[in-house]
Amino acid sequence: MTTNSFTLTDEMREQSIGVESEPVSMAIEQGHIARFAEAIGDDNPAYTVGTPETAGIIAPPTFLRAIRDIRPELPFEIPFDRLLDGGSDWEYFGHVRPGDTISAVARVEDIRERTGSIGQMLIATIKITYRNQHDAIVATQTSTSIRY
Amino acid sequence: MAEQIYFEDVSEGMELPVEVRNPTPRQLVQYAGASGDFYEIHYDRNFAQNTGLKDIIIHGALKNAMLGAYVTGWAGPAGELRRLTVQYRGMDYPDEPITAKGHVSRVYQEGSANLVDCTIWLENPDGQQTTPGTATVHLPSRSG
Repeated sequence: MTTNSFTLTDEMREQSIGVESEPVSMAIEQGHIARFAEAIGDDNPAYTVGTPETAGIIAPPTFLRAIRDIRPELPFEIPFDRLLDGGSDWEYFGHVRPGDTISAVARVEDIRERTGSIGQMLIATIKITYRNQHDAIVATQTSTSIRY
Repeated sequence: MAEQIYFEDVSEGMELPVEVRNPTPRQLVQYAGASGDFYEIHYDRNFAQNTGLKDIIIHGALKNAMLGAYVTGWAGPAGELRRLTVQYRGMDYPDEPITAKGHVSRVYQEGSANLVDCTIWLENPDGQQTTPGTATVHLPSRSG
């Protein structure tokens, strides 16, 4: 159990909001898209052979979760080791296709402290912006992560 | 070929067809491999139970993807997903049926775009909404 001694000060909050991760890039591969679609149980042909409507193969929603370890470094130590995923808000602006290279940067949008049924929690809102090789934003994902 | 739903066919309150999925531990391993999320609570029962869970649990992100597949399947080949939100309110376990449900909450135009908001969710076998969410899709018009 963690002790209740951690306090998120206004100064720590201010230093955290706006902190960005290093960019993380991933080359998008056709086989990876097909494996992901199979794993999520989606047999939509847009993900394996392409359709006239999608003008070729595209990646399914949430595929960009496969770009991992996009972490902004908080400027202080967090005394909690357990992590819960609270949810996600995806916005899509363009398709992701095999051959693309997607670069992701995460930014701390908000951080707050709360005490709930699982004890003291640190709740961070993180927005990941995904850009393709033409520097066009293809998607954003705003997620809530709970450390406790 | 999957059927296309058109903007003119949709009205507020309309229900999306119910879909039942049966994720297996094998599917969770497939998802771990495809997504790169190898947190052991999703495939190692001893590990999961040592963290206080009753069994291995379905990845939240897999449930997010299942809701994405649910709403894009409904929107048809020419439908486009613009936004997908999801909240993880409860754990779900493999080898139990998980049911996707939803309804149309708003039908509107933004500029020339025909947009439909849906309220969607996953239910566990007790009928609890473990994974509520929303989606915005762009639908084609019959008039082209």
